[in-house]
Amino acid sequence: MSLQELARKSVTYRKNILKYIVGAKAGHTGGSLSCVDILNVLYNYVLNVSPETAKSPNRDRYIQSKGHTVEALYVVLADKGFFPESDLETLCKYQSHYIGHPTRKVKGIEQNTGSLGHGMALSVGTALAAKLDELTYRVFTLLGDGELPEGSNWEAALSASHYKLDNLCAIVDKNTLQISGPTADVCNTDPLDKKFEAFGWAVRHVNGHDFQELTEAFDSLPFEPGKPSLIIAHTIKGKGISYMENQLKWHHGVPNQEQYAQALTELEEAGMAL
Amino acid sequence: MAELNTLVADKKSLANLDVFSSTLQELASTDKHILAVTSDSRGSGKLVPFGQKYPSQIIEIGIAEQNLVGVAAGLASTGKKVFAVSPACFLTARSFEQIKTDVAYSNNPVKLIGISAGVSYGALGSTHHSLHDFAALRAVHNLIVVAPADNFETEQAIRLAAQTDHPIYIRFGKKAMPLLSEENQQFEFGKGRIVNEGDDLVLVATGETVYPALQAARQLENVHGIQAMVISMHTIKPLDYALLASVAAKGCPILTVEEHSVYGGLGEACASFLLENGFRNRFKIMGIPDEYTVTGSQIEIFDHYGLSEIGIADMALNLLQKRA
Repeated sequence: MSLQELARKSVTYRKNILKYIVGAKAGHTGGSLSCVDILNVLYNYVLNVSPETAKSPNRDRYIQSKGHTVEALYVVLADKGFFPESDLETLCKYQSHYIGHPTRKVKGIEQNTGSLGHGMALSVGTALAAKLDELTYRVFTLLGDGELPEGSNWEAALSASHYKLDNLCAIVDKNTLQISGPTADVCNTDPLDKKFEAFGWAVRHVNGHDFQELTEAFDSLPFEPGKPSLIIAHTIKGKGISYMENQLKWHHGVPNQEQYAQALTELEEAGMAL
Repeated sequence: MAELNTLVADKKSLANLDVFSSTLQELASTDKHILAVTSDSRGSGKLVPFGQKYPSQIIEIGIAEQNLVGVAAGLASTGKKVFAVSPACFLTARSFEQIKTDVAYSNNPVKLIGISAGVSYGALGSTHHSLHDFAALRAVHNLIVVAPADNFETEQAIRLAAQTDHPIYIRFGKKAMPLLSEENQQFEFGKGRIVNEGDDLVLVATGETVYPALQAARQLENVHGIQAMVISMHTIKPLDYALLASVAAKGCPILTVEEHSVYGGLGEACASFLLENGFRNRFKIMGIPDEYTVTGSQIEIFDHYGLSEIGIADMALNLLQKRA
């Protein structure tokens, strides 16, 4: 898929994220908009998984550690045909499988997540199994910068380098904001690159909304043979909607109808410009 | 008392840990999907021979229990038969959320093996005692909770666990375990095992307290002519409600015994079932009271809290109101 096609996809994904969050009157809007370009590139450019290969032993795995931004994952999976997009009209509603965090009841989702700091260890185990079985699949996990103080991440990071898991790639959606404020003020994890490098990882920085930088980074995996790879994706919380960008209140804010209309107008204009 | 005459109280009996280790080795010899994952517990889990024979089937995580369980869940998600081995106290407390979310909620069929459970670590103190694990893990949906009472039950539990595509927690202690009965050799998760028949009293015990309960039953018969049924309720969850109902229907007193806090374990599980179903048998829960335990060996701690042959027999007499 060309970079322009990826960009157009993201406009559609953003519209859908807002559509279903508005319909549900719930959801993690800001973080879904910050990570959706990464998911777009993963599912449309990187991962060798499809609805037909969803149970194949050698499929690539994607595990979303920052489970609260599942709305971004849902719209991408629907677009890839894992389930009908109309299912998302039930998002967060009574007895729906499309709850506010990833669940394996939804086709295409590998692991139940939600509480933070779980994706890395699950990914390490899955990547280790590939090495043991001499399979070529790769494992990708998306972390939020706000979840990194959970110690389980660092336990898993140690294991990943100990076992030389160069089939593992973690991506940090570094949008620099979490629910209580700037991540640097809540619990500063910088310099993130040096910390992971000290843990035995190979690290790259990218603009998490730049499709060329993202695709080039994924094309370069593993960054170093014998080392797990970390992509620090610098992103903007609420990306694409002017009044949401870098605004803390949109962590899990839901637009009213007027705000929603403005957001759609902005996204239409962005799409027209492509 | 013919059944009890078959009791093998051989001091040379293996510890359940040894049985676990040898059974796992046997399973691994024909199944390359068997994996032992440890948290620096290769020695204390008796996994050194396993590691020597099958070096590619043992994974060391280091002292990082959250990671142990998360990695085990990831491995199990690919079809591996994963035995995650760690001291019961840490396995169930430090990684409770990983057990809940990565194993049970995601239905990754990890076999969680809690070693040196209860007060096995005796004098090492309350940090090393697991007296909460039944309570905590009973409340986790989609998890089988098992405490084998002897080498037979341990071997069967490990074999069944390797075959079952379901998350499971199995805990046992350190010391040698006499065989409970050579006659009743039936084992199934969720089905209590009657290891002694009797109509005057029912002793429902689990794990390493079943043996002293059986000894107490022998003393009750020999000294007082009291016939006590002894059940090894090796599966705490799902509990064998059918067996409980059938024995409670006889109307005799019921005494539960466990190496666990009196809160939230086998006893309370039995009590809630019995009360909710209209049974009004005399009933008593024996376990570790709500305190941090005294110092001593496992046996000394059992004696201190009455979880010994004498203590259990005394409590049975109290319950029967037959004390001199």
